[in-house]
Amino acid sequence: MNLIRKFISCQKPPGFWWGVITVTLLLLPFGTNSYGLSLLTQALIFGILAMGLDILIGYTGQVSFNHATFFGVSAYTTGILFYGGCKNFWLALGSGIAVSVVLAIVLGLLVLRSGGPYFLMITLAFGQMIFALAWRWRSLTGGDDGLPGIARPESGLPAAMENNLYFYYLVLIFFLAVLLALWKFVHSPLGRSIVGIKESESRMQALGYNTFGLKLMAYALAAGVSGLAGVLYVYFTGFISPQELNWTMSGLIILMVIIGGAGTLLGPVIGAAVILVLQNLISSYTDRWPLFMGIIFVLCVMYARNGIFGYFLKLYKGGKNHEGNRS
Amino acid sequence: MKAIEVKDITKKYGGLKVLRHLSLSIAPGERRAIIGPNGTGKTTLFNIITGVTKPDSGKIYVFGKNVTRLSPYHRARLGLARTFQRNNLFFNLSLLDNINLALQVNRSQLKAKDFLENWALYHRKNVKVKELSYGEQRQVELLLALVQSPRLMLLDEPTAGVSQGESRVITEMIQRLPREVTVVIIEHDMEVVFNLADRITVLNRGQVLYEGNREEVRTHPTVKDIYLGAAEEEDI
Repeated sequence: MNLIRKFISCQKPPGFWWGVITVTLLLLPFGTNSYGLSLLTQALIFGILAMGLDILIGYTGQVSFNHATFFGVSAYTTGILFYGGCKNFWLALGSGIAVSVVLAIVLGLLVLRSGGPYFLMITLAFGQMIFALAWRWRSLTGGDDGLPGIARPESGLPAAMENNLYFYYLVLIFFLAVLLALWKFVHSPLGRSIVGIKESESRMQALGYNTFGLKLMAYALAAGVSGLAGVLYVYFTGFISPQELNWTMSGLIILMVIIGGAGTLLGPVIGAAVILVLQNLISSYTDRWPLFMGIIFVLCVMYARNGIFGYFLKLYKGGKNHEGNRS
Repeated sequence: MKAIEVKDITKKYGGLKVLRHLSLSIAPGERRAIIGPNGTGKTTLFNIITGVTKPDSGKIYVFGKNVTRLSPYHRARLGLARTFQRNNLFFNLSLLDNINLALQVNRSQLKAKDFLENWALYHRKNVKVKELSYGEQRQVELLLALVQSPRLMLLDEPTAGVSQGESRVITEMIQRLPREVTVVIIEHDMEVVFNLADRITVLNRGQVLYEGNREEVRTHPTVKDIYLGAAEEEDI
């Protein structure tokens, strides 16, 4: 443990961690079987999804309870396009993201006027309305049967995506692109502005910031990122059902963000991976896996307030400060 | 053209009338103090001028422009800056980041480093604001308004809760402001009020009770009775 602590806390050149992340994710599939590869792909897709929500929870300070809506709506868009004969990846991707973003702007104009617990409840209500719509609009969505048999895209990509390893690398490219883009975003003036809203919205207004516009932008950005995850997800599983729009899914994404570490982009990715691995691991022994998830959540709240990644980040920064003091 | 013109403002919270047909005008460059007992509507008036609270009736003009229906951020962009009665800062960000956030929106050419050096807080630049002392936080509260290079500043009890020494520092900071900046200050500390204000408005029960210069207010019998007298008794 001390060795790990020492390794984490010693200073690294810039870009070191980017290199570690990229190389690890590039090589990971070779050390695993097809089950592991499937879990890895799922973890990256949910990682993208959780990073999107983190823009709202961790950076803007808006706890949204309908994040699954944008994920599911985008997945449904892809499914419906597939049933309509669209086999092109980029068309599906663009449509999925566009529908999510437009829906977020429309919903955002209504829900972002409230704050705190009211925002949480109103997003939950709208999320459940979309869930009910997907459930009842059988002719379009297949109702509770969902849309099965969605094949991976046949055109628009250089390799056949039926190969799971190729599909993993496709997801990895999008994952790294989203991570880099969001990293740039949160360190940009715009990104710093949304952190200002989390800290004090009234002060931001007094300084001259249009906080409503900024929150709407963050909501749409989070929805767009989730839309991307939704398209990848439906191609991965080949199936979409109303369950992906349900509040339980939104709750799961919130858990990923909080357990991993809200306000740190990588944290939610780690949260997504931990939850998916545990879910798969524990559910092979017992159906009561949510019980264990609850225990982990309680432990996180008690001992690692900033999540798993937040805990390690604190160690890293603590080590840097310690070295700084010595010099 | 007045810096602020408040015309016939009324504000009720349920059955409680906080402001009753209140009118007030302040000239550009003036230093005006607003005093009055607690619960008399001073902060509500500030919230109405800055757009945080909507009045039930009446109109607000800032530099001749009717801002009654404008949002707080629109008013801020007209050159209206404010401080809050309770520290309202970006507590988890460093002092430098606090200042940069204010500079960024105003597209100011000013450098945060120069600004903090000018106000003798540069050595604390990397400290998270929540880790600053209360007195320093009160100074940052003022700096966040100052850094906007405003034409009009509303200061809500800038020296509330600080020691006498810190109160002097904050008073000096306000005295250093360029003379063309209009300053309106709510304050309970009469020493601060008499040091800073050209004119003083006394509010009572949501109405203007009296308005005059320092000497007139100091000697006005009713003002002495309801406010200054009470303050002196409290001191005892």
